[in-house]
Amino acid sequence: MGKLLLATIAVILAPVIGGLVAGLDRKCTAWLQSRVGPPILQPFYDVFKLLGKSPMMMNPWQILTVWVYLVSSMLTVFLFFLGSDLLLMFFVLTIGAVFFVMGALSTQSPYAQVGAQRELVTMLTYEPLIILVFVSIAMVTGSFKVSEVFTYGKPLLYQLPLMFVVLGYALTIKLRKSPFDISACHHAHQEIVRGVLTEYSGPQLALIEIAHWYDVVFVLGLCALFWATSFWGCAILLVVTYFAELVIDNVTARMTYKWMLKTVWGWGLALSVLNLLWLYAG
Amino acid sequence: MLKDWINKGRLKSPWIVHFDCGSCNGCDIEVLACLTPIYDVERFGIINIGDPKHADVLLVTGTVNHRNKHVLKNIYDQMPSPKAVIAMGACGLSGGVFREAYNVVGGVDKVIPVDVYVRGCPPKPEAIIDGVVHALGKVKAALEAAG
Repeated sequence: MGKLLLATIAVILAPVIGGLVAGLDRKCTAWLQSRVGPPILQPFYDVFKLLGKSPMMMNPWQILTVWVYLVSSMLTVFLFFLGSDLLLMFFVLTIGAVFFVMGALSTQSPYAQVGAQRELVTMLTYEPLIILVFVSIAMVTGSFKVSEVFTYGKPLLYQLPLMFVVLGYALTIKLRKSPFDISACHHAHQEIVRGVLTEYSGPQLALIEIAHWYDVVFVLGLCALFWATSFWGCAILLVVTYFAELVIDNVTARMTYKWMLKTVWGWGLALSVLNLLWLYAG
Repeated sequence: MLKDWINKGRLKSPWIVHFDCGSCNGCDIEVLACLTPIYDVERFGIINIGDPKHADVLLVTGTVNHRNKHVLKNIYDQMPSPKAVIAMGACGLSGGVFREAYNVVGGVDKVIPVDVYVRGCPPKPEAIIDGVVHALGKVKAALEAAG
C-alpha cells in the first residue's frame, strides 16, 4: 500500500519536477550562451498558454495518439516508483513513442512525415542500448525489478561504469539534445520545422510537452538506479549527468541520422560488450 | 484558477512566426538581432518558432504582392487563435517605395487584420520588442474585457 501511495504521489509530482528541470535547462543554456534567459517557470507558462489555444487538429486520430503517449509516459513513472519490472516499463515507453510517431504519420504534411521517419530511426537507435542497460543491471543484481535494484547494497556505477555512458547516449537521444535531435529540433526552422511535432498544435502540443516531462523524470530515475545507495550520491550523479547533457547540447551541432546510427550503435555496442565481458570474467 | 494561469501564460509566452513577404532582408536581420545575446528576447518568453501552428504572433516584413498574399493568408489561417499580427517596416505598413508598382497590394492590413504597426526602414530591434509589448497590451485588454 505504501508503494502504491508513493507511485501515485510520484505521478502527480513528476510534471512539476520535469517542468522545473526544463526551466533550469533553458536558464543554464542561456547562461552558457551568455544570455539572461527566460524565468525558471517559463515552461509552465508555455504549457498553460498552449492549453488555452483553440484546438486545431488534422484528424481525430491525433487526439488519441497524444493521449496514449501521455498515459504511457505517466504509466512508466508510476511503474518505476512502484518498483516494478524494468522490461515492462520499457515496453510501455515504446508504446507511447510509437503512438507519438503514428500521430505524425497520420497527417499529410511532408515535414511531419520526415520527422516521423527520423523519430523511428531515433527509436531504433536508443532502444537496443536501453535493453542492454537493463540486461546488465539484471546480471549484476539478479533481477529486473526496480525495488530489488534499490535494495542491492553497492552502487551499480562501480560495476557498470561503461553501461552508464551507454545510458548517457540513450538519455541524450530521449531528451532530444543535439547532436541527436534530428527528429524534433527546436532550431531547425528552415529544414524540418520541428519535424515530428509540426502538425501538433495547441492543447495537443501541451500534452506532448507534459508527456516529455514525465519522460525526463523517468530517464533521470533510470540514472538514479546507478547510485541508489545514498541520497547525496544519487543527487550528485543526476546533477552532473544532466549538466553534461546540457554542455553537450550546447557545444555540438546536429548531425545526420546515418551518423547517429553508426556512432551510437558502434560506441554503444562496443562499450556494452566490454562492460558485460568484464562482468562475466569478474 | 486554470483560466488565470492560461491568461498569465498568454502574456508571458508569445511565440513568434516570422514571414517575409519579399523584404530586402533589412527588417529580417533586425528581427534576428532581437534573438542575439544583446537583446535576448527569450528572457520575455519570446521564441522565434518556425511553425505557424505553434505560433501566437505573426510578424510580417516586406511588400505584400499579388503572388504572396495567398501564402500570407494561408499562414495566418493556420495559426490557432488567440493570435496577433505585427506588420513591420515601411513595406509591411504600406508597400513602402514599391507601393505604386503594378504587382503590389499595399500594406499587410489589406490581406489580414493587423494589430500593431512597427515603423522604420528598417525598424530598430528596440522598436520590434516594443511592438510585441504593445501587441501583448492589446491581448491583455482583450482578456480583461472578456473577463
